[in-house]
Amino acid sequence: MADKRTWREYPVAATIHEPGSATGQNTGDWRSERPVRHDEKCDKCGICWIFCPDAALFMNEEGFYEVDLYHCKGCGICARECGKEAIIMVEEGE
Amino acid sequence: MGKRIGLEVSLAISEAVKLARVDAVAAYPITPQTHIVEELAQMVADGDLDARYIMVESEHSAMSACCGTAAVGARTFTATASQGLALMHEVLFIASGLRLPIVMAIANRALSAPLSIWGDQSDVMAERDIGWVQMFAETGQEAFDLTLCCFKIAEDSRVLLPTIINIDGFTLSHVVEPLEMESQQDVDDWLPTYVPQVILDPAKPVTIGPVGFPEIYTEIKKQQDMALQDSYGVVLEVWDSFEKKFGRAYKPVESYKAEDADVIINLIGAIAGTARIAVDRMREEGKKVGLVRTRLWRPYPFEEMRKALAGAKAVAVVDRALSFGGPGGPIASELRSCLYPLEKKPVVAGFIAGLGGRDVTIEDFYTIVAETEKVLETGYTDEYKMIGVRE
Repeated sequence: MADKRTWREYPVAATIHEPGSATGQNTGDWRSERPVRHDEKCDKCGICWIFCPDAALFMNEEGFYEVDLYHCKGCGICARECGKEAIIMVEEGE
Repeated sequence: MGKRIGLEVSLAISEAVKLARVDAVAAYPITPQTHIVEELAQMVADGDLDARYIMVESEHSAMSACCGTAAVGARTFTATASQGLALMHEVLFIASGLRLPIVMAIANRALSAPLSIWGDQSDVMAERDIGWVQMFAETGQEAFDLTLCCFKIAEDSRVLLPTIINIDGFTLSHVVEPLEMESQQDVDDWLPTYVPQVILDPAKPVTIGPVGFPEIYTEIKKQQDMALQDSYGVVLEVWDSFEKKFGRAYKPVESYKAEDADVIINLIGAIAGTARIAVDRMREEGKKVGLVRTRLWRPYPFEEMRKALAGAKAVAVVDRALSFGGPGGPIASELRSCLYPLEKKPVVAGFIAGLGGRDVTIEDFYTIVAETEKVLETGYTDEYKMIGVRE
């Protein structure tokens, strides 16, 4: 176990005093499939970014939406909502 | 000294809550509710109490709203009973797990089915392990005093735990009793404004109630139990300072003619009044009988109970709740665990009485003591005996 603190050393009720600390959680390792974008089909509409429940998409300099694989849980909502079928889910390990 | 008045005990609790200058009350207003929150609603509506009164659609929501108001640092109160308490069940653990110092009054009443609105202690005994500080009053004065004490105990930075003041449904909640009403000035002097440690505040964001992964959950639960166990010292401190200010003394365990008693009756709540009369009569008849009333139920006063009971030949425990398929009543099984480590320990005979509003009479205590003497002579024949049941 990484956390070696004793019960005395935790804040009361495990309250987290550092805002935004969940960004440090690697939820990407829950994923069994990852979204892969096909630039030739994508019209940069941003539907994937709107629907992503984990804010795991961000716009790059060219205006495409990139996946933050550290946080993406592989739910596939982006692929399902994409009107252009520009995102497909690929099994991890392939 | 306070002003002596006559008041329904439910309303005495409302007065105590008002004197505590509570900030928020959330409650579901109909059966099985008492006059406690009805009166508080009136006080808020009349402008006599500067508090937010939140009407909700269920007790589950009432306790959830209380968690919210306590989490933003409001002094918070609610009251319930019976099915209402049962409906709160899930959220009661959240209140203690989040260490929110909510104060709740429960007018202890039976649980359905069959449908009963009458008094017993089944409701709160089913909530034994919720992690709240829990105490039981015997009289109206005690209900008023302990309600004030509950705020000071719950909000102490060494405790930060929700706290319950229990009163027997109807036999206490709905009777008018004489009591000394304290002044706002005296209560203000003794009970300062609640200064929370950590609150939900957009200016200083925190996360309360985060995910407790397996690698930390055990430690947080240990921390919570230590807080409840250590609250014992704070309870004593608060009762001590209450006595210094208001002149009325409270202890975790109340003994009556128990010092040299062969048989001691142990119980919780308002039936102690009847038990005391029975003890007096039996004493007059030459029987060495005593009474020990447990006032503080959580944290359980192990050492005081051992001290109060160790010298007796037998303890007759009277439970107003039944642990179905188990050892009888919860007070009895707790006491057996408490006494078990002692080398020389009294016999513990368990009795169930006063279920669903049935009176517990002086004669019942005669039967209880006689049955306990029988156990002393012949040993146990039953896990528990049910008093007055027609067979």
